[in-house]
Amino acid sequence: MAQVELEIQALKDNLLDMIELVENQVSKCRKVIEKKDVRLAKEVIAGETKVNAQELAIDKDCENIIALYNPVAGDLRFVLATIKISNDLERIADNACSLAKFLKKYVAHIDHKLLDQFDIEKMLQTCTVMLNDMHEALKKEDTKLARKVFDKDQTLNAINRKSVKSASTLLKEHPEDHKIILRLFTIVRNLERIGDLTKNIGEEIVFHIEAQVLKHHKPEQSKS
Amino acid sequence: MKQIVAEDVNAYYGENHVLKNINLTIRQNTVTALIGPSGCGKSTFLRTLNRMNDYIDSFRLKGKIEIDGKDIYAKKVKVEELRQKVGIVFQKPNPFPKSIFENVAYGLKIQGTKDKKFINERVERSLRQAALWAEVKDILDKSALSLSGGQQQRLCIARTLAVKPSIILMDEPASALDPLSSAKIEELIGELKEKYTIVIVTHNMQQAARVSDRTAFFYVGELVEYNKTSELFTNPKNKQTENYITGRFG
Repeated sequence: MAQVELEIQALKDNLLDMIELVENQVSKCRKVIEKKDVRLAKEVIAGETKVNAQELAIDKDCENIIALYNPVAGDLRFVLATIKISNDLERIADNACSLAKFLKKYVAHIDHKLLDQFDIEKMLQTCTVMLNDMHEALKKEDTKLARKVFDKDQTLNAINRKSVKSASTLLKEHPEDHKIILRLFTIVRNLERIGDLTKNIGEEIVFHIEAQVLKHHKPEQSKS
Repeated sequence: MKQIVAEDVNAYYGENHVLKNINLTIRQNTVTALIGPSGCGKSTFLRTLNRMNDYIDSFRLKGKIEIDGKDIYAKKVKVEELRQKVGIVFQKPNPFPKSIFENVAYGLKIQGTKDKKFINERVERSLRQAALWAEVKDILDKSALSLSGGQQQRLCIARTLAVKPSIILMDEPASALDPLSSAKIEELIGELKEKYTIVIVTHNMQQAARVSDRTAFFYVGELVEYNKTSELFTNPKNKQTENYITGRFG
């Protein structure tokens, strides 16, 4: 195997590890709510350091490959996609960490009905599935699977739009819980953001494999 | 006289079929790189463009090569005139064992030019075009063999330019040179394409990517892919091309 092939494969393995790591961060947030387990929230917060270190290592590997091997064609597209994907993953992990910090403080006391009103668990479940799909799509070079992320992102967008009305209604009905309600409204935004970032990852995977640029295209155009 | 069209070109060394059904159009004032593993036929194809292969007894060509609409293998073609218009620079610099001035003036003199003023002006112009004038203007009567490898190669380019070609063929022009000299040759190619059509054979993928507008990938005598250089190096259409340019083989 040519040296460049070995380097590309090692980079791919590192990127897959990072997707898995971030997926676990998001998945743990859902388990925190499910089990009201504050320890898991602390794990997510502590895990942020590992995600950041992974991003820096991947950046360095990409830099080395570009400098030493002058990658072209598929190799070049993969390196370019990896730089963007690792950045998106780091931002997803940031959002997960913000959520974990909130949950660490409030999960033991928060009324579960409020969480249901905002569909927080459903959003977390969707985000976890999206990240898992991206892991598989990259591993198997499956652009059909990568494209599935666009529909799921629409689901998150719909919940986000609905949350404005939900927040408004809840604030009227439970003014004493205004702080929590506003925090939950922000968390919906964070989770919608995770969806956007995962959608970006799907676009980069398609770019890497098919050399097709889906950025800034309408959702219907991205599915073909 | 600058556009080259190869139509159904097949070439043979005896029974050895070295170029197979080559169809290629090279537009004027462009740089086209020919790449491919050793023995793929790229240098053979290059030499068909100014009939250098005529020197090889066993060589045969079928098909057509036209330059500006005229078949260069037609019986009435004067090969010496063709080679004036389609100059060639080789891998190993090959200056004549003469002075720097005489090297550049040689082509003009054998054409019958006697006007000294004209020759002097043409020599200076060619050396300037080859980015060598500043380095040699005070030593024109020195032996060309006293120059460095990089300078000798630029002298060979000046020699080619002196007889006013339209097309310049380059067969790995920088492969025998140090990186700095190689960079100067690449810079020169970028300047020359304003006025000339250039076809360059190179084993250096990065050089092909840097200097050329279009790239042709040859493999076992076939033209596998021919496209804009930016397209070929970012999204090659053929898997063989991708494997070659990413170093998986070759």
